Amino acid sequence: MRAELDAAYSGRTLAARAATAASCVAVAIAMVPLLAILLYVAQRGLGALSWSFFTRLPNPVGESGGGMANAIVGTLELVGLASLMGIPVGIAAGLFLAEYRTTMLTRVVRFSADVLAGVPSIIVGVVVYATVVVRMQHFSTLAGALALAVLMLPLVARTTDELARTVPDSLREAALALGASRWRIAIHVVLRTAGPGIRAGCMLAVARVCGETAPLLFTAFNNRFWNESLGDPTSSLQVQIFTYTMSPYDDWHAQAWAAALVLVAIVVVLNLAARRVLRGPKAA
Amino acid sequence: MIRALLLVLLATGLVLAPGCSRSSPAGTESSPRVLVGAGATLPYPLYSKWAAEYARVDPTVRVNYQSIGSGAGIRQVEGGVVDFGATDEPMSEEQIRQSPIKLVHIPTTVGAVVFAFNLPGLRDLALSADVAAAIFLGTVQRWDDERLRALNPGRVLPSEPIIVVHRADGSGTSAALTTYFSMHDEKWSTTVGSGTSPRFPVGVGTKGNEGVTAFVKATPLSIGYVELVYAKQAGLSMAQVRNPAGRFVAPTLDALDAAARSVNASAATSGERVMLLDSADESAYPIAALSYVVVPRNARDRKKGEALAKFLWWAVHHGQAFARELDYAALPSPLVGRAERALRELRADGHELLPAGS
Amino acid sequence: MNEPAALTPSSRSTHAPRPLGEPSHALVDRSLVALGGGAACILVVVLAVVAAVVLDLALPSVRALGFGFVTGRQWDPVHGDLGALPFLYGTVVTSLVALTLAVPVALGVALFLTDLGPLPLRRPVAALVELLAAVPGVVYGLWAAIVLAPLLRTTVEPALEAHLGFLPMFRGPKVGVGLLCASLVLAVMILPTIASLSREVLRAVPIELREGGLALGATRWDVVRRIVLPHAKQGIFGAILLGFGRAVGETMAVAMVVGSRADITGSLFSPGYTMSSVMANELPEATSTLHVAALAEIGLLLFAITFAFNVAARLLVSRVRGPEAALVRVVTPRLEEHT
Repeated sequence: MRAELDAAYSGRTLAARAATAASCVAVAIAMVPLLAILLYVAQRGLGALSWSFFTRLPNPVGESGGGMANAIVGTLELVGLASLMGIPVGIAAGLFLAEYRTTMLTRVVRFSADVLAGVPSIIVGVVVYATVVVRMQHFSTLAGALALAVLMLPLVARTTDELARTVPDSLREAALALGASRWRIAIHVVLRTAGPGIRAGCMLAVARVCGETAPLLFTAFNNRFWNESLGDPTSSLQVQIFTYTMSPYDDWHAQAWAAALVLVAIVVVLNLAARRVLRGPKAA
Repeated sequence: MIRALLLVLLATGLVLAPGCSRSSPAGTESSPRVLVGAGATLPYPLYSKWAAEYARVDPTVRVNYQSIGSGAGIRQVEGGVVDFGATDEPMSEEQIRQSPIKLVHIPTTVGAVVFAFNLPGLRDLALSADVAAAIFLGTVQRWDDERLRALNPGRVLPSEPIIVVHRADGSGTSAALTTYFSMHDEKWSTTVGSGTSPRFPVGVGTKGNEGVTAFVKATPLSIGYVELVYAKQAGLSMAQVRNPAGRFVAPTLDALDAAARSVNASAATSGERVMLLDSADESAYPIAALSYVVVPRNARDRKKGEALAKFLWWAVHHGQAFARELDYAALPSPLVGRAERALRELRADGHELLPAGS
Repeated sequence: MNEPAALTPSSRSTHAPRPLGEPSHALVDRSLVALGGGAACILVVVLAVVAAVVLDLALPSVRALGFGFVTGRQWDPVHGDLGALPFLYGTVVTSLVALTLAVPVALGVALFLTDLGPLPLRRPVAALVELLAAVPGVVYGLWAAIVLAPLLRTTVEPALEAHLGFLPMFRGPKVGVGLLCASLVLAVMILPTIASLSREVLRAVPIELREGGLALGATRWDVVRRIVLPHAKQGIFGAILLGFGRAVGETMAVAMVVGSRADITGSLFSPGYTMSSVMANELPEATSTLHVAALAEIGLLLFAITFAFNVAARLLVSRVRGPEAALVRVVTPRLEEHT
């Protein structure tokens, strides 16, 4: 009897070991391509980064040299503008969802946000092209930023919603008992308690939108020069990576790697910052 | 929390500041005028060179040209989304009739469509129109096909399948090639026909002259069709093509010039469609394409229209000097005349855009 | 979570008696609520506009081509011969192959992170997975076009044909770019997504259940197999569906390596096309109304597919935790404590 149990147990521990080993193998398999991508970006990107990459405009086709200064600023402009549009609206909507969580309206809004978050970004680009670019008769930075804002909006709203809901109701009730009004509670209690999380969520949403390329193809288009106003087309790192990758020039491939490195660096910094924001209050 | 959010917004605002401040500099006069153009990839290296050079000639104007394919160029200029389009295939009667705005074609340059291939150890290859068509039809599938061997005695052709690369976007380069094939190959003209977006029976599709060049460069045993300068810049091998005189002509600038020079002067002046395929000149390369810029006849914005007309005037005259550096043929004089007449047609609110004396 | 009675608008006034001496908050309150409500409505409006515009653009094609559009195998815009089947085929094949490759690995990674891996390794691996989920698609495309495609052409495809060539899907031209390349890059892209979502789902299984199992003498694997997985089944399925949704919608990475050819062959090596990449390539240049409409109808189909998958996925995931678990996971400190 005892021997049987022992045998069964050793069989189970063996299975457990095998499972652990299998999961380690899975991690190893997953890490190979993923690390390969990061290493390629780091190695080739660093090799191609130079001062002129950050300070100069692209050279004419086929001439090597030149840089992506306008694309770097273009990406920052697009994402900055998109944040200005997407974040305040997203946070307001998210707070509303969290504070009135059971009404019919919030159910519809929450559902819309979930659906919108899943709409392929190319479709958002097409819609902005058809509604804004064709009407304004111009590819423009503004149109590109609008497309990105549409992608950002549901992310910010749902994160705020989720996080505001994690604020214990006891806090709200305490504030109500003290006679605070609803907006005071929303802003001073809910927003403050969930603040770091929401800030981190916004950073992650910004990071995600930083890499969106497809919606910019028909909206922000591209520009060889600095864009002179928000009504002009603009270059962006994302679109430049795409065009340079598809070109036959080795120098452009090198610059595409450099641009990828810069873009990944922006995304990583935003991600790390988001984590820091979260750790901050804990450490204090 | 509110303070923190304000900080975040402030930060994004700061990032934005350079863009905004450039949009409203102290004097509005100093802000350069931006001309947005899009279309053909065939002349892109030249247009991009022009844009860079013209920024020096007239610092108040920036020409932002993006190569997205001839088909897209026409579509975007019709929609009024760009200031000018570019195409290597003039619009058809049908397209002109359906276009919501009146457009003017201005010839700008002549390029050669070459067969670029990647065969390790082999730089030369001779092709005739029908064999090339057979390759793109998929009837000649291997490099050592007997029809290829017959054209290339003494060359060692590998016993491997041919990888065909074609354009996936609407392309004037495709239009030139398929028109050329249709002139020579019965089967091609009945099954595929000619146009900017033909349905190739075999092969891999990719975007732009850039994409085809990149693919051939990266893929041994492949063959594609691109403009001469792309193949040259990428260091690809190019096939010699048999012209109507029966000579195998390598795509060189001289052979392209010969094709451009032989343009039918009367057709050029009368405004008929100009054909640069199968030039009668016996030293000419047989597949050449005339590239056009397509401009709305009536500019919405007079200042912009004038800047564009001036730029194009510069391009068809001074700009031609840069053509040769990039292996495009200089515009022959009958076509320069045609471009001049076309530019004089341009109006904004009934005013001519070009100064009378130019 | 309890719904406090105070938080429905109707009962609001009874709960906030205004203290003496304070300015009237009722008006500010009301206007701020209206502002929040307005912001929330923007979401609904945006979605409605997106759906309406795509539908409006697609209408001529829906009318002219009818159901045959979905089953047509020819895509020849010049002759007005427009069938979307090659794109549906390409999208389904690449997404399914990507899922097949990514799901087992992603689940292994997720279990590694929650139950099976050595503790000191969990945090760094988790951080890396998060990071990779954030790398932009166009960067994956760059890598696939310049590194992966040549590798496939020279090494992987010949080897596959030599060993598995009896299957028609592993035969054909060895070009590098094509459905296989697109599938692989998609697999690499959705792996972190599925892994981190599944991890979230697995974490939501109450720790007490695990401890109970361990206390009864179960091994970690027993706990996973008998307690954790059955508990998290639905959620994991939801995570897979969300991964599928991401694969279906991905445009750039696929457009860069899929080979751009509207054709249905049985081979994975041959170039193909997907719904999102044909829109990116052809929309800017489509001249005839019908061509534009047909592309928009492809967009409409894509919208419908992702809609269905996302709704299904969110229903499944939300039974476990809030539907936006993907984003919230990093954000909710309370959950960090489990590992």
